[in-house]
Amino acid sequence: MKKKIRLIDLDCAACAAKMEHAIQKIPGVNHAAVSFLTQKLTLDAEDSRFDEILKQAENVCKKIEPDCKLDL
Amino acid sequence: MNQKQKKTILRVCVGAVLLAALIFLPVRGIQRLLLALVPYLIVGGDVLWKAARNLAHGQVFDENFLMCVATVGAFWIGEYPEAVAVMLFYQVGELFQSYAVGRSRKSISSLMEIRPDYANLEENGKLRRVDPEDVPVGEIITVLPGEKIPLDGVVTKGSSGVNTSALTGESLPRDVVPGDEVAGGCVNGSGLLQIRVSRPFEESTVSKILELVENSSAKKAKAEAFITRFARYYTPVVVIGALFLALIPPLFFHGMWSDWVRRASIFLVISCPCALVISVPLSFFGGIGGASRRGILVKGGNYLEALAKAEIVVFDKTGTLTKGTFRVTEVHSERMSEQDLVQLAALAESYSEHPISRSLREACAKEPDRSAVSGVSEIAGRGVRVHINGKSVRVGNAKLMQDDGVSVPESELTGTIVHVAVDGAYQGYIVISDELREDAAQAMRELRSVGVRSTVMLTGDSKAVGENVAARLGMDEVHAELLPDGKVQQVERLMKRKSSGGKLVFVGDGVNDAPVLSRADIGIAMGGLGSDAAIEAADIVLMDDQPRKIAQAVRIARRTLRIARQNIVFALGVKLLVLLLGAFGMANMWEAVFADVGVSVLAILNASRALKQGTDKARETEENPAMAREEF
Repeated sequence: MKKKIRLIDLDCAACAAKMEHAIQKIPGVNHAAVSFLTQKLTLDAEDSRFDEILKQAENVCKKIEPDCKLDL
Repeated sequence: MNQKQKKTILRVCVGAVLLAALIFLPVRGIQRLLLALVPYLIVGGDVLWKAARNLAHGQVFDENFLMCVATVGAFWIGEYPEAVAVMLFYQVGELFQSYAVGRSRKSISSLMEIRPDYANLEENGKLRRVDPEDVPVGEIITVLPGEKIPLDGVVTKGSSGVNTSALTGESLPRDVVPGDEVAGGCVNGSGLLQIRVSRPFEESTVSKILELVENSSAKKAKAEAFITRFARYYTPVVVIGALFLALIPPLFFHGMWSDWVRRASIFLVISCPCALVISVPLSFFGGIGGASRRGILVKGGNYLEALAKAEIVVFDKTGTLTKGTFRVTEVHSERMSEQDLVQLAALAESYSEHPISRSLREACAKEPDRSAVSGVSEIAGRGVRVHINGKSVRVGNAKLMQDDGVSVPESELTGTIVHVAVDGAYQGYIVISDELREDAAQAMRELRSVGVRSTVMLTGDSKAVGENVAARLGMDEVHAELLPDGKVQQVERLMKRKSSGGKLVFVGDGVNDAPVLSRADIGIAMGGLGSDAAIEAADIVLMDDQPRKIAQAVRIARRTLRIARQNIVFALGVKLLVLLLGAFGMANMWEAVFADVGVSVLAILNASRALKQGTDKARETEENPAMAREEF
């Protein structure tokens, strides 16, 4: 399943790159891209565990940039 | 400017006034430190707070934290004003950065303002606005003058000039009448249109384009991927360097603590790779956005990068270099007038639905009167035998004439030749051929001028036709009479011929050429407007049917790449220089702040030039770099 999620208050490009790298490492993620310019996360992950993976992705983002929120 | 940015400005101003006061106040020691802490906290309070929070999450290489360490280092060695100034300029730089990025982002999204907001449905004589996503296929929608056409469909009533510039970059409006297809995203001119919806919103041209451009940032160019990887190592390396600088000389070589801590702080100030991480993707994003304004859709930065190295451009003929519509292009009559000959041929063929007879009919001024025709017999692959007003008329190819004992002059004409004979006497011939696109020859010239080494044509058509077209367009090579898999083989053969860095581009109309499009380094499909097959299959889509745009796309690609490279070299160069000077004690805090945020802002401004692709202004600045600098 593929989903696009808007990121609110993503202020730092280096953080976006870090988030992308970290989310790609979550098991079950096929592809992840964080675009600083469109302020969007594109997450392509396993259908059955998608919500769980999304939750993990949210935590990862929080850890790297506490101000940034996922618009779910 | 948003609320957050305004607040930061206020804090920076207050901080700057207090800092100026601090510099001139004759206080010493602990009093001076306390006085310095006030503006420091006003300006950098949020940075400290973020740093503490990120540190709790284990983010050691966080830019906020490193900035704090650098400024605390400056406090430690007694450089109070410098510490405050570093924080101040850091904030100013961040502010600039977010403002510039926000602006570029806005101008890109304004390019993409093709998403329709509503559709008008007629109910009991009144128009009701609904979400385009809720309109089912087959429904009739009304588009008022000046409104955006919300969905793809066919005009059922009304006529108007439709402005397709948002999709194609073409400024001339296109006239539409009932029966014509229109694409969503175009703007209706002065007429009222009723349109039968042919595709649901998710499958409409607009949705496809929006999705494509938004997803394009996911396919990274090599330069982007390099920067992302580089950024991952840059910060840790610089921070570890700073650590060594601060500790080793004082501990082992009797260095002065204050001196080496200052040098280490300089390192920390430039440890964020932001300038690179923002400006390089922004250049590509801008290039893709600028190209789409010209009706050229690029599916990713990687394709833009490849296109800049285009060496061989291979064209499909029918539908790409030619219009794919057959028309009478030449008439040769032995006795009667040319118009009469065409009229006669059209009349004889009037019962046929063959494309040839259709083009004959189109060439006539008036619809032929069929009642005069009798005894029609159509011979497949040859032509027709009919009686018109008691005379026996033969219309067909040379084989038909031969069968009926009519001698036909030898000719070297290309295209489909229709001979006409009346009562066994030869009357003349009509040539029907595919029309070349108006800008096809210009496209070849422009491709050569941007440095494409060879232009090749592949066609399933006969050798004579293929060679004729290639010669007229000035193409280097032509391979005719190819079956679809023959085209793939030719492309594979040509792939071996290019130089190691060069790329092969295949241009087709997106119909039936998916295997070739995917085999080439870059597949370009033309006529994306209204054809989602073309949008799917290719890497780059030309929204309208202008092969000329390929050279334009190459120019845009080169320019974007040049801007991205300038940013990499500039940002890395300045940072390395300041790192070196810093390590040898020849740089100060001020220079370090410039190397960090100043470079960032300059690189972002440079990247935003990539947006102005293809406009006359952009072309001017390309030729005259001095003007580019003047703009900023």
